[in-house]
Amino acid sequence: MLHGWVEDPVVVKGALQVAAALVPAVAVIGLSRLRELDLEAEIGVSLVRGLVQILAIGSVLGLLLSVQLAWSGLILAAMMVAAAVISHRRAEGLPQAFWVSLAAITSGTGIVIVTMTWAGAIETTVRNLVPVGSMVIYAGLKTNSLALDRLRGELDSQRDRIETRLALGASGTDALRPEVRTSVKASLIPVVDSLRSLGLVWIPGMMAGMVLSGANPVYAAEYQFVIMGMVFGASGLTAVATTALMSHRVFTEAHQLRVEAT
Amino acid sequence: MPAKLEARGLTRHVDGRALVEDVAFTVEEGRILAVVGPSGAGKTTLLRLLNRLDEPTEGQALLDGDPITELDPLKLRRRIGLVPQRPAMLEGTVFENVTAGPRIRGQQAGGERLLAILDRFDIRELRDRSARNLSGGEQRRVALARALANDPEVLLLDEPTADLDGANEARVEELVAELVADTGLACVVVTHDPVQARRLGDDALRLVDGRVQARGSPAEVAR
Repeated sequence: MLHGWVEDPVVVKGALQVAAALVPAVAVIGLSRLRELDLEAEIGVSLVRGLVQILAIGSVLGLLLSVQLAWSGLILAAMMVAAAVISHRRAEGLPQAFWVSLAAITSGTGIVIVTMTWAGAIETTVRNLVPVGSMVIYAGLKTNSLALDRLRGELDSQRDRIETRLALGASGTDALRPEVRTSVKASLIPVVDSLRSLGLVWIPGMMAGMVLSGANPVYAAEYQFVIMGMVFGASGLTAVATTALMSHRVFTEAHQLRVEAT
Repeated sequence: MPAKLEARGLTRHVDGRALVEDVAFTVEEGRILAVVGPSGAGKTTLLRLLNRLDEPTEGQALLDGDPITELDPLKLRRRIGLVPQRPAMLEGTVFENVTAGPRIRGQQAGGERLLAILDRFDIRELRDRSARNLSGGEQRRVALARALANDPEVLLLDEPTADLDGANEARVEELVAELVADTGLACVVVTHDPVQARRLGDDALRLVDGRVQARGSPAEVAR
């Protein structure tokens, strides 16, 4: 079956389009080298990795969507674990970053997926549950990475203030509250901006796809908003969960900062 | 009767390196112990061990004879106030900074006692200004007032006049001396300046490479 797909003329056309899409990306790598931004390796690896991953998933998506419904829970769980593995690397130096990421992403995105499936906003079919669930999990991944990355930065730059609050008798979680607030806010900037610009600056791919395939444009817009609502909910829950879980772990039982200054 | 504050063999090792090694002293109420030594001698680490921002590898600090590790760390830090070398101003006004300690414990902040503290440190006029926009000398006075508003029994001061000009330095020293004389606080002042140690200290201790090199009167120790 795979052999047949590869020989399809549309796949050959797609390969040319991929080559065209790589041109600006390669230009960015060149620019990074020219400006000594030291991002060439990270961008290059991410590009190749992203291409390989999306081609791999494209090759098996047909099979993936034809499995029994019961398997979709397992697929989404595997996606959550993969999201935690990828995201926790942004939290280098923070204690138990993988487990915090896994708990936050699983709870933040899991609650949204289960609730929306129960409410009927996500159809109980593999064809609907897996792609929509993956969008929600990806939003959780992104927010988790941003929240932990910012929290680590705050722990470094605001260390004097955090320790001043501790020295005045604040508990660890109270001493870190302003920095947690900053981290949650910062991690939600992309999703808040995407809600603000929805329809004005960008027309999301899913809505465009639905309209192109003949769906009622108003229904397509409504469903896109449902998706955005889910993404916003999952992002907010993940950001709150990951910062709350981490703010307990960066202090010892005696309310001393466990994370060393860099 | 036990000393207000006592250190017994206080030691802290990090990555196999001794930051503080076997330090011992006592401080009585109403007296100032000046800890003098060069940069990197372990003076700041010593203060952090005394209010438990860091944990000793060995040894113990005692407050009124009780090992501090047996006390609730949050209550301990209220009883042993620390003013760091570069006091960080928290978000908000001078008033909000000075009352941060009581507010952390959910207490109402204000009243005659608080006004007396603001007057003592000459910051009553500044009470509604943003604390982060103050000069170095003003911030130092706010930090002292903030520590005092927490009603401590022991005050730990880390280089209390670092980066201040001569007039501000004299003013802060005068405030510290008056404060200890009036309130009977036990006070530990860390300084790199032997002259300041002689001016402020009732007793002195010289720390070099984390170890006590000399202990006694400021005139003898801080030469």
